Amino acid sequence: MLISVYIPFFVTAALAVLAPPVARRLPPRPAALALACAALVTAAGWAGSLALLAFTGVAQIPEIAEEGRWSVSALRSHDPVYAVVAAVSTLVLVVCVASLGVAAVRQGRHLLRARRECAELPGHTELAVLDDDVPLAFALPGAPGRIVVSRGMLRRLSGTEREALLAHERAHLRRRHHVFQSVWRLTAALNPLLRPVAVAGNFVLERWADEEAAERVGDRTVVARAVGRAALASADASRPAALAATGGVVPERVRALLAPPPARRSLPLLAGGLLLALCCASLANAASDSDRMLDSAQWALCGTHADTPAAAAPTVHDDPPGPGPDGCRAAPDRPEHGERHF
Amino acid sequence: MTGQGEEEAHEASGRRARGQLESDVLAALWAADGPRTAREVREQLPGDLAYTTVLTILSRLHDKGMLVRHREGRGYAYEPARDEASHTAQRMHSLLTGGSDRQAVLARFVSELSEQDEHLLHQLLSGHDDALPESRRPPGRR
Repeated sequence: MLISVYIPFFVTAALAVLAPPVARRLPPRPAALALACAALVTAAGWAGSLALLAFTGVAQIPEIAEEGRWSVSALRSHDPVYAVVAAVSTLVLVVCVASLGVAAVRQGRHLLRARRECAELPGHTELAVLDDDVPLAFALPGAPGRIVVSRGMLRRLSGTEREALLAHERAHLRRRHHVFQSVWRLTAALNPLLRPVAVAGNFVLERWADEEAAERVGDRTVVARAVGRAALASADASRPAALAATGGVVPERVRALLAPPPARRSLPLLAGGLLLALCCASLANAASDSDRMLDSAQWALCGTHADTPAAAAPTVHDDPPGPGPDGCRAAPDRPEHGERHF
Repeated sequence: MTGQGEEEAHEASGRRARGQLESDVLAALWAADGPRTAREVREQLPGDLAYTTVLTILSRLHDKGMLVRHREGRGYAYEPARDEASHTAQRMHSLLTGGSDRQAVLARFVSELSEQDEHLLHQLLSGHDDALPESRRPPGRR
């Protein structure tokens, strides 16, 4: 408990630092799956560790100890967690869960809106065209999802480039990339340390769709040109001042497409998997330690009853003589026995 | 590129491929300057589609109200139905002006460029034949 409860934090921090640069160089599909896995496991580990730490503090509140029938003093003497740490953990956990709740409601609402738009767009074709000269293209998730492209975008691309654009957006829809997006968004809401993972994840999704488009069109250069020309055309049409220094996602995609496809590598995935396994194992270990600590605190309460029955249960008159450790052994499982001690 | 393989792939994956062909045809007609006959549309599409396939797709899109057509010679010339599209534009406008948060579920084809990005992109693309946006080639030809 002393160390293991903190290990998920270290795993989260390590992955938040190491995973994004590594994922950008892996083939995008396995990278996206690995990042989603990592985000889910570390978010759960983070919340679990915070909950355990918070619980050691909460369990020492006399009212709660009474409810759970364990000894506060025994718990305090065994507890390796400082009260300050427990208090901070409780606070952080509450804030994080609240932020997760807000993000979940918002994301859910946006997905529902997108779904409704998909159903209400005119025509029952996969492609919906906007009669607008501003170049624009995106995938709208739904059942089925729709590809929305403006006339301005279609007119600025050649035949094969249009095919690449459609194949790219189709890949987003077919591979359910909005689910990945939601995973990253929600895990980053729960744990702010995971924000870099969410950013890398969204980049990897674009790369995944680019690679699928390249496979479909059969020419990486065509896709690179489609992405580049679409981006340049969009930049000509409008340049939002606030975005003057964005991280250069488009050039990176184009560069990756002009290079040969990324080689498959299993070592980073294996290392990531081991880190996640470590995270799970230490959380389980911390949880079982915490459980044991609680058990012994319940025992300790029984022990004091056995020693001084009159002092421990002054108001109970129908107490059977000497509620010894034998009766206590059953106490955690049988509440009706336990109640007699108070 | 490999027209034969592509057509086989279309036929192999059945219904979804039909939807994809509709998208291709619709996109080609929107990119064109005026009405196009089935033969002209076929020339603008990548790959070697059968003439009858294109004809079928065109009449299906017309049935769905996505295209308007008028007689030209012995056949029809097709054009995108603009009122449908302006309806789409109206609907999408509110979706797109909803701020970055609302756009979080949209997978955009390209994100915004900084000025540095733009220079870098010009450099990257200039290494690969006539890739600059100024040098637009006729669609469908490589």
